[in-house]
Formats: sequence, C-alpha cells, structure tokens
Amino acid sequence: MTIPDFITAFCLILGALLGLTGGVGVYRLPDFFTRLHACSVTDSACAFLILSGLMFQTGFSLATIKLFFILVFLLITSPTSTHALAKAALNSGEIPWCQSQKER
Amino acid sequence: MLQTFYLIIMLSGFWLLLSGHTDPFMLSCGLVSILLTFLIAQRLNIVEEGAQPFYLPLRIIIYWLWLAREVVKSTWDVTRRIWHPQLPISPVVIHIDTSQTTPTGLMLYANSITLTPGTVCMNVEDNRMEVHALTREAADDLLSGEMDRRVSQLEKKL
Repeated sequence: MTIPDFITAFCLILGALLGLTGGVGVYRLPDFFTRLHACSVTDSACAFLILSGLMFQTGFSLATIKLFFILVFLLITSPTSTHALAKAALNSGEIPWCQSQKER
Repeated sequence: MLQTFYLIIMLSGFWLLLSGHTDPFMLSCGLVSILLTFLIAQRLNIVEEGAQPFYLPLRIIIYWLWLAREVVKSTWDVTRRIWHPQLPISPVVIHIDTSQTTPTGLMLYANSITLTPGTVCMNVEDNRMEVHALTREAADDLLSGEMDRRVSQLEKKL
C-alpha cells in the first residue's frame, strides 16, 4: 500500500459510511422534507469523498479530469434537483412535519 | 462575436479533455458535434452577452473554502442526529430576507443553502426565501445572516 492508496481507502470508507447514513436517514426521518436533508448528506459530502478517493487512484490522466467534471456537475445539479423536489412537494400541498405534531 | 469565440474555444477544450482522441476521423467528428452544440446554443439564446467565462476571482475560491467548512460542520451534525437513538430533530420552516440584487447572486445563495445538509431552500419570491431546516439550530445559524452577507459581498465582484 502506498500513500495514495491509504488516502483512497480513507475517502472511500468515509464516503460509504455517509452514503449509509443517508439511507438510514431516509428510513428513520418522519416526512418528505426531513428526508430531503438525509439525501443532501449523500449528495454533497459522500459524492465528494468517493469521487476524490477515486481521483487518487487514476494518477494524473484524462480520467482524473473526467472525475473532476463529474464532481463539479454534481455539486451544481444536486442542490438544484433537491430544490425542485422541495418546491414541487410544497406546491402540491405537502405540509412539513413539525415538533408540535409529535407532542399531540 | 467575442462570446461566440469563447464558446467555441471552451467547447473544443471540453471535447478534447473528455475524449482524448487525436486521429483525424475522431477530430472531425468532434468538430461536427461542437458546431451542432454551438448552433443549438445560438437557437436557445443562452450565449450570454458580456459574460466573462475565464474570470475567476480569488474571492470565489475563499467563499468555496468557507462553504466547504460549513458543509463539513453540518454534515457531521446531521449524521450525528440521524444515528442518535432519540432522533433529536426539530424541523422548522423559516422565511429569510435576502440582500442579493442579481439573479446570479440569488441562485448562488439558494444553492449554497440547499448544498449544506440540514437546510433546503424551498421557494424564492423577490427578496424572500422560504427555507426548511432540520433543526432549530440550523435555522438560527442561517438567520444570523453570515452566508447572506458573504454571498452579497461576492456578488459585487462578479
């Protein structure tokens, strides 16, 4: 194992754990809007860690640049799609769950 | 005219980086696809006048680093709450006033809010934003207005 391999392993394991967190979050959280927050853990940090982990394996080649482009596009498109989902849910009458409902 | 030139240069660079081919047949295929993309962009009217595609101020890099730190902090917070046995969440919907003046600035602010785990921007109306936050703390953090201030500062330089 060389140093890049260690960095890759670290990034991939941490990224996979965050992906798992996103999945568990979607399962445990109570409503649509709170589940969106669980997904955004997967969207930002998990995607970043997995892609940068892979970048350390390709050396410096065209594959690195492609991975970098994927990362940049994901960082722009994933918040946009999350926003679109939230807005669509709000417009179709989904009411956000809040603490007072839990106490009732 | 200058914008057309920029677009062609950027598309060519993008094609070369993604394909990595240099033989004449593939290059001519690339040329055809670049011209096709260019024509579609022209018809869609998305070639913006006065845009500076190669302009990357230092401020935006500082902003990205600051945003990355915020993302790490809130990722940790949301992760901790998801795995916590009692699920300590307190979702709220808040309205915040924004101080941005351009559509680009608003877009940057809304996307930054959504990118940060724990807050999702749901609606933008003129200078008011509807934000759903997973916890009261995340909402208070946003209401303190630090991100708003930073985006507005950055917007002036763009």
